[in-house]
Amino acid sequence: MREMVKMVIVLTVLSSLSGGLLAALHNKTEDRIDNQVLKFVQGPAIEKIMEGAENDPVADRFSLDVDDEARDFFVGIFDGEPSTVALETAASGYGGDVGVIVAIDVEKGEIFGVEITTHNETPGIGATVETNEDFKNQFKGMELDGDFAVKDDDGDITAIAGATVTSRAVCKAVRRATDIYQEMRSQINDQVKTFTG
Amino acid sequence: MAKTIGQEFVKGLWEEIPPFRLVLGLCPTLAVTKAVENGVGMGLATTFVLVCANLLVSILSGVIPSKIRIACFIIIIATFVTVVELVMQAYTYQLFQELGIFIPLIVVNCIVLGRSEAFASKNGIVPSLADGLGIGIGFTLSLTAISAVRESLGSGTLMGVEVFGPSYEPLSFMVEAPGAFICLGLLLCLMNIASKK
Repeated sequence: MREMVKMVIVLTVLSSLSGGLLAALHNKTEDRIDNQVLKFVQGPAIEKIMEGAENDPVADRFSLDVDDEARDFFVGIFDGEPSTVALETAASGYGGDVGVIVAIDVEKGEIFGVEITTHNETPGIGATVETNEDFKNQFKGMELDGDFAVKDDDGDITAIAGATVTSRAVCKAVRRATDIYQEMRSQINDQVKTFTG
Repeated sequence: MAKTIGQEFVKGLWEEIPPFRLVLGLCPTLAVTKAVENGVGMGLATTFVLVCANLLVSILSGVIPSKIRIACFIIIIATFVTVVELVMQAYTYQLFQELGIFIPLIVVNCIVLGRSEAFASKNGIVPSLADGLGIGIGFTLSLTAISAVRESLGSGTLMGVEVFGPSYEPLSFMVEAPGAFICLGLLLCLMNIASKK
């Protein structure tokens, strides 16, 4: 009996100490990690989509609550007008979530560009989505209520050969992004206007 | 057990150097040694966990009931691994991206648990520290050696700098998993020749 009690006490104390230490460290590093992710994961993708922007779209961002979750929106200024907003969404691919940055031209109401951020797709097959410009360019200029689906699903997007599941995930993520934008259009547009060149 | 502190430290560098002599921890060895930077990073992360875990296990060995010692060791090891993971994410995000899943997997690295179980739980604080440091540095040296061979032959670079000039055709086989086994075997062979003399 005494041994039992001792085991319980030792494990409890050890786990609590470990939990407490890690929670404290997590709080301390959280902001820094968010910044690093922004810099190394989302940053390059955003800069690529917004190439030629007059501002730094990674720095010019705002945050809005979407379904009780804070989401970052990145603003791109072209020709002196804050005309583009980008957000990251994700959808399930072949090996977990495929993260997609979707940039929307708020003046024309169409897709400005699409880039892939994080994924775990099969190297050489699904993973090629990251560098397949032909595939990503198909989204450019599509209307916000366009048919974001692969041709197999009666949509307008030609899937990457052999990587239909990944292509579908990207379509779904784009759909999500446009849904969020359309749902919160006025709020987002109000925020976007506050950024001026 | 009549070894001096110095001997406890030095044994990890040759006599019991992992993964050549102490044939444990092969998974990270094979997986991350594609480039020197990754090898060194993985080695240092493991060393940190090894030293901290050895220290804490040797301090707590009197308190931990023997029936649940493995569970307690795992809690201690997992805590330090998570510390490494968070700090790496916050400060060296690119290295973290390269090493990926292999950082959390240090928890189940047999070297770390093996040293806690076989050494730190039976020895005092100072010898345990020396043991952890020795084995850790030994592991780092091994990973550095393997990754130096693999990176220079497989990618024609060393720490990202070209070593054989532009005319060198990289032997991409060396950066694949089978190349890792062959490299490990050949280095072990060289070590055996050296010890025989």
